[in-house]
Formats: sequence, C-alpha cells, structure tokens
Amino acid sequence: MSHVARKLLTIVTESALEKILPEDFKKLGARGFTITEARGQGSRGMRSGTWDENGNIRIEILCDSVTADAIAHHLQTRYYDDYAMVVFISDVMVLRPDKF
Amino acid sequence: MTSLDPVLLFFILGLTAGLMRADVRLPSAIYELISMLLLLTIGLKGGVELARQPVGSLAFQALAVIAMGAVLPLLAFPVLRHVGRLKRADAASVAAHYGSVSVATYAVATAYFMTREIPFEAHMPFLLAVLEIPAIVVGILLAKGLNRDIRIGQVAHEVFLGKGIVLLIGGLLIGWIAGYEGLASIKPLFFDLFKGVLALFLLEMGLITASQFSSLRQYGPFLLVFGIVMPLVSSVIGMLIGFNLGLSLGGTAMLAILAASASYIAVPAAMRISVPEANPTLSLAASLGVTFPFNVLVGIPLYHTMTEQLFAIARS
Repeated sequence: MSHVARKLLTIVTESALEKILPEDFKKLGARGFTITEARGQGSRGMRSGTWDENGNIRIEILCDSVTADAIAHHLQTRYYDDYAMVVFISDVMVLRPDKF
Repeated sequence: MTSLDPVLLFFILGLTAGLMRADVRLPSAIYELISMLLLLTIGLKGGVELARQPVGSLAFQALAVIAMGAVLPLLAFPVLRHVGRLKRADAASVAAHYGSVSVATYAVATAYFMTREIPFEAHMPFLLAVLEIPAIVVGILLAKGLNRDIRIGQVAHEVFLGKGIVLLIGGLLIGWIAGYEGLASIKPLFFDLFKGVLALFLLEMGLITASQFSSLRQYGPFLLVFGIVMPLVSSVIGMLIGFNLGLSLGGTAMLAILAASASYIAVPAAMRISVPEANPTLSLAASLGVTFPFNVLVGIPLYHTMTEQLFAIARS
C-alpha cells in the first residue's frame, strides 16, 4: 500500500470561532476537517473549557502543502491579533491521497 | 441570618470552593442541561400568563424596555472611556454587557420573590428576552460606528438564535399555547424542580465567578467600583420606568433588578464575533466577578427595599 505525503494543519482556538472558520477553510480549498473540544493554558491565560465563553477547540485539517500554507497565512492575518489562536503544521502520510 | 435563601448558600459554596481551588466542577454537559432547564422554565412560566395580557400594553412595555436597554450602555460608555480610560472597543463591549440582562440574576430574583410570596407581572420573562438585544446593537455601534466590516449575518444569528433567546421565547410560546392545565404533565420537571436546578446552577456560577477574581485583580479598582455603582444607577432607572409603566411593586422591583443585571452569555458571544478586538476577560471580570455576586447577594434585597420606599412615598 502506498503512502503519500500530506500536511496536517492543527489549530487551537476559541470555540467562538467554531461556526465562522469552516467557511474560510472551504473557500481556501480544504476538503474536510475535524473539531474536538480542548482545554489548556497559554499566553492568553487559562482556557479551562468549563463553560461556553471559556471554550476551546482543536481543529485538524489534512490537506496538501499549498492549501495548508494558504489557510495558515489567512488565519494569521485575519485572527491572530484578536483571538487566542495557535496554528502549526506537521508532515503526515496518508493512505488515500485523493481524499485530502 | 434570617432568610438567606438556600440557593444562595449553594452560590457561596461554589465561590468558596472555587477560591480554594477545590476539586469541584460541574461536567459541562450538565451545566448546559441545567441552564437550558432554567431558560425553558422561566419561559414557560411567563408564557402561561402571557395569553391573559392585552397586546397593546405589552407592546408599549416592550418599547419602554428596549429604550432602556439602549440608554444604559450609552450612559456607561463615557464613564468607561473617560474615567476608566478603557480603549474604545473595550468600553463599548463592557457597556453592552451592562445594558443587557442576566437570566441567572432573574432566576435568583424569582426565587427571592417566590419565597416571600411577592407577586410580580408574570410576563416578565418576555421583557427579559426583549431586554437582551438592544444593548448588543448599541455596543456594536459604539465600537465600530456604521462599519461595513462587521459580519452582520453572523452577529444576527448569534443574537437572535443564541441559546438564551431561542429557549426563552420557545418556552414562552409553549406555555402560551399549552396553558397551565396543558403543562401539568411536565410540571414536575420544570416547575417543581426549579429551585433544586437553580441551586446546582448557582453552585457552578460560584465556581465561574471565583475564576474571574484573578483577572479582576489585574484590572484594578476601577472595574470593581464600576461593577457596583453601575447596577445601582441602572436599578434606579429600571425602577422609575417600571413605576411609570404602572407595574406592581414586585414587577417594578423586578425591572430594577433586570436593569441592574449584566449579561454574561448572550453579549460576550455576540461581542466576541462583532468586536473581536475588545478584551473578553475585562467584561466578564466586571459582569461575573463583581456585578453578578453583588446583585444576588446584596442587590436584589436592596432594589426590593428601594422599590417599597418608592411605593410608600407615592402612596402618601
């Protein structure tokens, strides 16, 4: 079975953006994403996820490197200043490249 | 210690546990559920009575309340901007929180009036729902002016289809359609358990309030003073409006309480999307860290006494 290289874009941010971001992803070429609830602490303080306004999510997107860069760049210019957000990209191997 | 309601003791327990960093935490799904139960119960109670009200007076009261919700942030904004020296976006966001309402405070007030058997206009939940919205609009305008950059669709969705409005209005409609007899079958869950659910809810509110204290320390004494003085001023405005609308003593006191309360669910969610440059912890530190505990522990009995005085003066 052949493995093909793709990028895994991971975004940790406020759940306030949960309904907004998917539109951006779609426009920039992502074909799917996974959202999980998250807790943690960073430069914007403790985000314990105990109640609505304090909620945190982790979004994972598998895509090619052009899309990953485009999304990362968009997030950086549009959201970094005002929202708690961490974005990182890692190399992964996928089994079905046509899906991502 | 004559009559501290047990639900408030739950709040104090939560507050203490939170401050001591005790290992207490309501699972978030349960918190969701009980806040839904409270919103629906409050809506249902109002809906049952709503049918008996003439539509004309109801519309007039709604208009008066909308005007109040728009004026309160306009009063708060210059104070926050010039005395508190907050940035424009922050001042606008905090102002919006104080023009809107807290359903939790309303629920505690309901329990307070129930215990004392003080009647109040049963359609209050309708005014509660109405009062949630205008301050958000004013807050956005204060922060942004008529800027086209705002995602209006998204904000409108957040405001009108937020959990609070949908469940309050939904409960009102169900109560209105079903009537008191129709609701008999679901009464045990929603009405009989009201105080127990409220107690659990306030336990969590205590924990959440405690978590705001650390950010409060960061912002210094201005926010603390503002969080107490603003509801005092708002309550007088609410009381005078209620009195002039011809509400009963209970209803007038309730409107004072609604005016004094500060939002911590609907407004933060809307502000986060429409005015993202405003610091959310600042508003929450004030509304949750100061005003909510002040209102439930001191404010509600105070506004009630104030209203009694007003009615006594008016009568003599």
